[in-house]
Amino acid sequence: MSRVEAALRDLRLADTLAARDTPLARIDARAKVVVTLAFLVAVVSFDRHAVAALLPFALYPAVLAVRGDVPARWLGRKLLIAAPFAVAVGLFNPLLDRAPMLAIGDATLSAGWVSFASILVRFALTVAAALAVVAGTGMHTLCAALGRLGAPRIFTAQLLFLYRYAFVLGGEASRMGTARMLRGGARAPSLAVYGALAGHLLLRAFERAERIHRAMVARGFDGEFRSLRAARWTGADTAFVAGWCGYFAAARAVDIPQGLGRLLTAGIP
Amino acid sequence: MSHPLVEARGLRFAYPDGTPALDGVSFRVHAGESVAVVGANGAGKSTLLLALNGLVTPSAGEARIGEVPVTPATRAQIHRTVGYVFQDADDQLFMATVREDVAFGPLNLGLAAAEVEARVQAALETVGAAHLAGRAPYRLSGGEKRAVAIAGVLAMQPSVLLLDEPSAGLDPASRRRLITLLNSFSHTKLVATHDLDLVLDTCSRVLVMRDGRIEADGTAAAVFSDAALLARCHLEPPLGWRQ
Repeated sequence: MSRVEAALRDLRLADTLAARDTPLARIDARAKVVVTLAFLVAVVSFDRHAVAALLPFALYPAVLAVRGDVPARWLGRKLLIAAPFAVAVGLFNPLLDRAPMLAIGDATLSAGWVSFASILVRFALTVAAALAVVAGTGMHTLCAALGRLGAPRIFTAQLLFLYRYAFVLGGEASRMGTARMLRGGARAPSLAVYGALAGHLLLRAFERAERIHRAMVARGFDGEFRSLRAARWTGADTAFVAGWCGYFAAARAVDIPQGLGRLLTAGIP
Repeated sequence: MSHPLVEARGLRFAYPDGTPALDGVSFRVHAGESVAVVGANGAGKSTLLLALNGLVTPSAGEARIGEVPVTPATRAQIHRTVGYVFQDADDQLFMATVREDVAFGPLNLGLAAAEVEARVQAALETVGAAHLAGRAPYRLSGGEKRAVAIAGVLAMQPSVLLLDEPSAGLDPASRRRLITLLNSFSHTKLVATHDLDLVLDTCSRVLVMRDGRIEADGTAAAVFSDAALLARCHLEPPLGWRQ
């Protein structure tokens, strides 16, 4: 199995995880969408040097992962794959912003390093929450929920097809890569060969996408996604939304780690 | 003779690049008939099935399912009556679990949840895949995928089944199970295939296609004993055929 293929199977695990009946899966997808959006807004709204104040927000992805029985290793692997993007975004902060900000013993930490750490923490929090929600809900149910919340059908359908075709494209790419390797040996292919491969990949993916679309239309697909899991809003969903939004508001308004620190050091003269 | 259920009158179709795929195809299939569509690669078998299901629109001629002409306007109605099993089961299966995948069609028909559940269960039992209900389709074997793809179509309760290369890529045991399954159906069937032994086991009538036309239309016996016809159409008599 090629590396691309292995990565695709790993990604598909999200769907398999979501198909199980976990406490997280039983919560209405709309509630999860609303709470996760609130979570993202709260995390992103912090000052660019905030690090410690963000830590209480880790509770949300952690609880999602536990309630959804999402393996921590899987979540960690996915975070690592996306990490280079976050690192690239914050890479120049330590070089550009050298003003000293924090002193730990003799060492001082520049503001650039602090904002770099802040970017990494935010990345880990938001991506972990998004992954846990997808793995605890399923892309299909999530798109249906977005639709019921008023997102345009064209948008939800696009999102779902993007997800669906990513596997198709990945599978084609993996097979073409294997075929090239078998006849091209270990030599790196020339730019011309890469061009031909990319063009072919596009055409093949088009054809495949068309067949898949036909197969869906043949089974009555009309642009709307329907789910077996009946979406019924219950008191538990209201409690889920109210509880988490309340917690986010509190963690946004009060710097919990700093408060705890003060409380602990209050007795020390 | 009963009323024709599937009818094609002078169907013509060319792909956008100009390649002709259907060049005046006419035939009638009666309710309950099991008809094989055979021919060389590129003879137009798949395109014919797509046209009968309204998935491609012919440039001339007309297909009818019962009293209903197959047009873009009647497509939704046609898809309730005509089930299509695609050549590559991977094109058809995409939901997270087998159960959800089989439910995709019935849900699109707007049926109530209880009715959908009952149909899913019945369809999976028919193809002997009830034990796979909770599995992820992409992790199934080729034979299991084919069975689930057929269940997904059966759950819509069509009266006509179109099958494109149903035995392609199956191991001998899975292929034998498929043949038993096909013979257990009372549906009107059109089977496009290169597997002439499968034709011998499942179909009473054979349409031979060549360059987008119907070259011959007759009983399996008549077609398979015509050596000149078979050679002209890049076919060979099936191994199980004894004159």
